[in-house]
Amino acid sequence: MTATGSIGRRLTLLLAGVAALLSLLSWGMVSSLARQAAERAQDDVLAASVTTIAETLRPEAGEIRLELPYSAFSMLGAISDDRVFYRVSAGDRVLTGYPDLPHGGPDPIPAGRVLFETGAYLGDPVRIASLTRLVLADARPVPVTVTVAQTQDGVRAVSGDLSRLAAILSVAFFLIAVGLSFVAARASLRPLNEITQAVLRRGPSDLRPLRRAAPAELAPLVGALDRLMGRLGLSIRRSEEFIAEAAHRIRTPLATVRAQAEISLRAIEDEAGRQRLRRMIRAVDESSRSAGQLLDHATVAFRAEDLSRAPVDLADLARRAVEALEPTATLRDIDLRLEAGSATTVRGDAVLLDSALRNVLDNAIKYSPEDTTVTLQVHAADGQARIDVLDQGPGFDGAPAEHLLARFKRGANATGIVGSGLGLTIAADVLRAHGGRVELAQRSEGSGACVSLALPSA
Amino acid sequence: MRLACLALCLTLWSGLAAAFEVEDQRRLQGSGDRVLRILSTADLEVFAPYLDAFHAENPEVTLDYVVVSSAELHRVIRSGATFDLAISSAMDLQFQLANDGLARPHRSPAVDALPSWGRWRDVIFAFAAEPAVAVIATERFAGLPLPTTRQDLIAILRDNPDRFRGAVGTYDVRESGLGYLFATQEARETDAYWRLSEVMGRLEPQLYCCSGEMIDAVANGRLAVAYNVLGSYAADRLARSSGGRVQVLRMTGFSNVILRTALIPQAADAPRLAGRFIDMLAETGLRARPGDWPLPPLGHTEAQAAARLGPIRLGPALMVYLDPLNRRAFLEEWENAIDQR
Repeated sequence: MTATGSIGRRLTLLLAGVAALLSLLSWGMVSSLARQAAERAQDDVLAASVTTIAETLRPEAGEIRLELPYSAFSMLGAISDDRVFYRVSAGDRVLTGYPDLPHGGPDPIPAGRVLFETGAYLGDPVRIASLTRLVLADARPVPVTVTVAQTQDGVRAVSGDLSRLAAILSVAFFLIAVGLSFVAARASLRPLNEITQAVLRRGPSDLRPLRRAAPAELAPLVGALDRLMGRLGLSIRRSEEFIAEAAHRIRTPLATVRAQAEISLRAIEDEAGRQRLRRMIRAVDESSRSAGQLLDHATVAFRAEDLSRAPVDLADLARRAVEALEPTATLRDIDLRLEAGSATTVRGDAVLLDSALRNVLDNAIKYSPEDTTVTLQVHAADGQARIDVLDQGPGFDGAPAEHLLARFKRGANATGIVGSGLGLTIAADVLRAHGGRVELAQRSEGSGACVSLALPSA
Repeated sequence: MRLACLALCLTLWSGLAAAFEVEDQRRLQGSGDRVLRILSTADLEVFAPYLDAFHAENPEVTLDYVVVSSAELHRVIRSGATFDLAISSAMDLQFQLANDGLARPHRSPAVDALPSWGRWRDVIFAFAAEPAVAVIATERFAGLPLPTTRQDLIAILRDNPDRFRGAVGTYDVRESGLGYLFATQEARETDAYWRLSEVMGRLEPQLYCCSGEMIDAVANGRLAVAYNVLGSYAADRLARSSGGRVQVLRMTGFSNVILRTALIPQAADAPRLAGRFIDMLAETGLRARPGDWPLPPLGHTEAQAAARLGPIRLGPALMVYLDPLNRRAFLEEWENAIDQR
């Protein structure tokens, strides 16, 4: 698997990018609106100014007279410290003001309406307002144009201030949006993480469907996962069944071979021939046990999936195991001793627990020297029921013993003894399915191993 | 060679000096070769302490101080003559120079400390606020109550025409830029101005170009009352030294207060030096600099300025009465009122 960048980071970056774009846009819009508002305010005052001046226009003895009202200029001074220029002209004749001030707008300016224009005068950009009025002079109407211009420093200052304010707000908005993007990315990825956690929490052999509510986008993934696990489970079950079938098919002919060998052993007098037959019987026994363990293993895998929870008495279980393995032990002059107190009940699958205990006991007998004792102790304490199997064999050689629970792993000192390495694995699988565990320890007094099956009490 | 250069400089200087009417002039020679040329309307006796203070702090700078009338100052600066500083009490003319882009901006902490009404656009800076006052000869008012308002003054003059005939003085607003500024602002603010002008016109008034001459005329008994005199410390000092013979009266109600302002002309050779001089003036105006300064401080608060109790506002409205049409109309009306012979 190759990790190609985080979806969360990409989502956060994408959302932050969108926020940055929106912040920039809003800043631009607010700045432009602020400038327009400031310009409109200036236009209004300029319009009022030209109108006030134009209202004083009057004919007097054939001449056009006017007076500049004080308010026409004081209102311009009130909004900002901008420079002011003006001109009043009748046709081409300048009546007063700055003669070279452009009046803006078409020539001649249509009468009665204030026209605005942006231009330059004395090296500075100015806003120009013009108003033309018809005044009767010598009984004919003369168009008189009043023009007032003002520099735009005040407008720039106001819109600059607002633009700076908008910039600060946009940055704040952007920072908040980035924080929210991060939270949003986390929130939208939470279902994915939850499903991942649910899959990670599962046991190694748990192949049940996920059965969780998933968002619509994740439903196909969960469905595919479920189907994959279904197929995997089916395939595992098939191979277990195949192994069980195979083991079963091997065991039956082996039993026949063993029976025939026993009969031959009784019939043959020749010592060398008997010896060969005994070796044959032992080899058949080993093969039979290995096949049995393979069958056990398959059974464990199969039954653990749908574990039954019937009450099982551990003492009873131990007694039956001892009875079953008594012949094997006797063959090697090993004494099996059972120390069971009161009834110790657990809930579980009697077949599996029996198989686990037999494998452990079988191991103990196999690795014990001849003429020793293997002791089974059944007891309960602190909500735990235990069967301890103690032998007087070589023990675990002081090495960490937990890896022996893995499949086909055998101890370093087990060479020379026939074995598959499956026995402890089967026991461990069974105990895990029951919520318990197998504990391996060196015996505290004397030599030998102590293998404990620990289960929660019923 | 050096002599030739000096001769050339002297020739050029005298040629330039001849181009306008110089009322007074002083040169404070500095140790270095830098020169600060100041064109001003303030009399030397009023302004000398400022020159001396600057010279004491900058002994290497040569100060060239030229006194002209406010109209001359306006004309000279407009013509582009090389002066580094223009100081005038005619706010309207100063404002027009700045509005027309003939002044350079100057920024410094000292001018930043000025109140908002004491500066305009980093180009005009006020350093003194001076009220228009009436100066009276006490003995000519014997038996009469001293006027505190324009109405009082109108009543007194109207009721005693024989006592005041030929003994009333005011600015000839046709000649004096400052007189014109006082008159137009007063006419705008109060109706009493025209009534007062009418009453004065009937009393065969004496017309003057300058405040100094009017104060002198009151002091030597030729005038009983001089109206709209620039009430600088000089007038106050004269009133104190006269032992009560001369009094300065400030009309209540509306009071005209003008700002004496400085600006750096566009053609300035030494704008940085001029800026330093302006900084010094601004500090004296705010009394942030120790010393006994002859011109009154910028003592008004922002609230007073907003309520029109403060000085005349520096703004485009000042240009209204400079408009030739308005000026012609105003002068016609003024002549009708004041000249009734």
